[in-house]
Amino acid sequence: MNLTHTIIAKELRSFFVSPVVYVIGAIFLAVVGLLSYQAVANASNQAIRLMQLQNTNAQLNLNEMIFRPLFQSMNLILMIILPLLTMRLFAEERKLRTFELLLTSPIGVNEIVSGKFLSVVIIYAGLLSLTALIPITLAAYATFDWNPIILGYLALLLQGALMLSIGLFASALTENQIIAAFLSFGLILGLWVFGALSTAFGDSTLGHILSYLSFTEHYERLIRGLLNVKDLVYYISGMAFMWFAAHQAIDAYRWK
Amino acid sequence: MIDVQHLTKHYGQVAALNDISFSIQKGEIVAFLGPNGAGKTTTMRLLTGFMPPTSGSVHIAGFDCLEEPWEVKKHIGYLPETPPLYLELTVTEYLTFVGRIKRLGPEQLHERMKLIINQTGLTEVQSRVIGHLSRGYRQRVGLAQALIHNPPVLILDEPTTGLDPNQIIEIRDLIKSLAGSHTIILSTHLLAEATAICQKVIIIHKGHIVAIDTPEQLGTKLRQSAILNLTVKQADPGLLDALGKISGVIDVSQGLTANTYIIETHIGKDVREELINLVVTQGAGLLELSTQAVSLEDVFKMLTRSNKPTE
Repeated sequence: MNLTHTIIAKELRSFFVSPVVYVIGAIFLAVVGLLSYQAVANASNQAIRLMQLQNTNAQLNLNEMIFRPLFQSMNLILMIILPLLTMRLFAEERKLRTFELLLTSPIGVNEIVSGKFLSVVIIYAGLLSLTALIPITLAAYATFDWNPIILGYLALLLQGALMLSIGLFASALTENQIIAAFLSFGLILGLWVFGALSTAFGDSTLGHILSYLSFTEHYERLIRGLLNVKDLVYYISGMAFMWFAAHQAIDAYRWK
Repeated sequence: MIDVQHLTKHYGQVAALNDISFSIQKGEIVAFLGPNGAGKTTTMRLLTGFMPPTSGSVHIAGFDCLEEPWEVKKHIGYLPETPPLYLELTVTEYLTFVGRIKRLGPEQLHERMKLIINQTGLTEVQSRVIGHLSRGYRQRVGLAQALIHNPPVLILDEPTTGLDPNQIIEIRDLIKSLAGSHTIILSTHLLAEATAICQKVIIIHKGHIVAIDTPEQLGTKLRQSAILNLTVKQADPGLLDALGKISGVIDVSQGLTANTYIIETHIGKDVREELINLVVTQGAGLLELSTQAVSLEDVFKMLTRSNKPTE
């Protein structure tokens, strides 16, 4: 019998009795709401100006005008808030010594790591699904192509899950939640900077490696509406690597 | 039930445990006795499979800790020094979670829950959040957690530390009531506690086993000399010499004040009556005569002293 679901249930219970999830959720939804309002207001201003110029009904590409910038800024918000969601996962267990209970029970480290990872992915997916209200509401007033939006949400899910797996690993390294948060923030920021660095190295091998390692290129392609196996492989392998690293960190903690 | 052979554990360069071996029979209550840093917690963590030993082997209920860790974990209930509690959960939620990760089936879990909550006296607080419970109750939840899957072996790391005297008695009674059906190892740094509940005492000092014995035997070994404290009303310089002349007295020294004396006597020779007579006839005014309790430091001093030639 696999106990991953037991760990998920316990984690969700612990998350929802602590204020952290509510605070993070409120901030995330408020900022995304404001940004989308600003994007829609901007688009309608432009539409009005175009109509005055051309004296006809202007057709704007809402995918390009609203959703792509919105997805881009959501990525930045995730970089800041997701480390706060993952910081307690292992750090708290180590601090409160409940880790001794887990590690002396007949449950595998793989089940513990998977359970904890999936619990934060579930919470994040829940938060993300609430933002779907934005395209749904907009669909009542405007027409746009749904495919890039669905792909955009897939990108957000993968992007967030990758950040969560990084946070999971960071949390397994320390018993201090603040350090865990900063560590995962640093690692995510590092991956982001790789993207910027890669342009500096141009068409060299190093440039290609950096741009592959960074999520920027993969994320950009997905939110533009391009589904590419290479990008999916990037996210899945990244998460698998971080899962493995967290597993190793826990083993190292026992063997030290 | 528990068999430990040549167990050694190093933390980096520091040897926390050095080649210890002992075995414990089914149904025994055994105490690990030692000062802080002696290696009690390390030994327990090795027994539970929380960490692997540097060398040596541990067998619990016939299973090797390294080769079949899952079987060992199923057979062990462990209460670490700090009870491993999720403060945001209620007692029932917490015990349900622990039962599940100990791989109990739903019916079994339901049955055990009722039994354990009753046994550990948690009925009144079972739907309260653990974070709101007192230290004593938390310790009981910790004990309930160790018992939930009815393990044949219980490992309790300092189960009474930080409790008030009444709570200590309650926990001790609870542990005693578990004897027979469970094999119990507990650690303590109180000699009185070890002798009060255990059938066997393993004394650890600086990573070595200094003695393995029953509390009674240990007591007689320690009573090679007894120490008496005497307080009189009037300090009398002649008294010191007179006391020293009583047969059976090894040494007399002045206590903290002029009118107190510390008298060391031979074992098996009760000099108290003679001593009182002397004080009374001298007219010094007897105020108090007491035997000094053996402290843990004395135990170590004596044991390490007597063990030196054999090492």
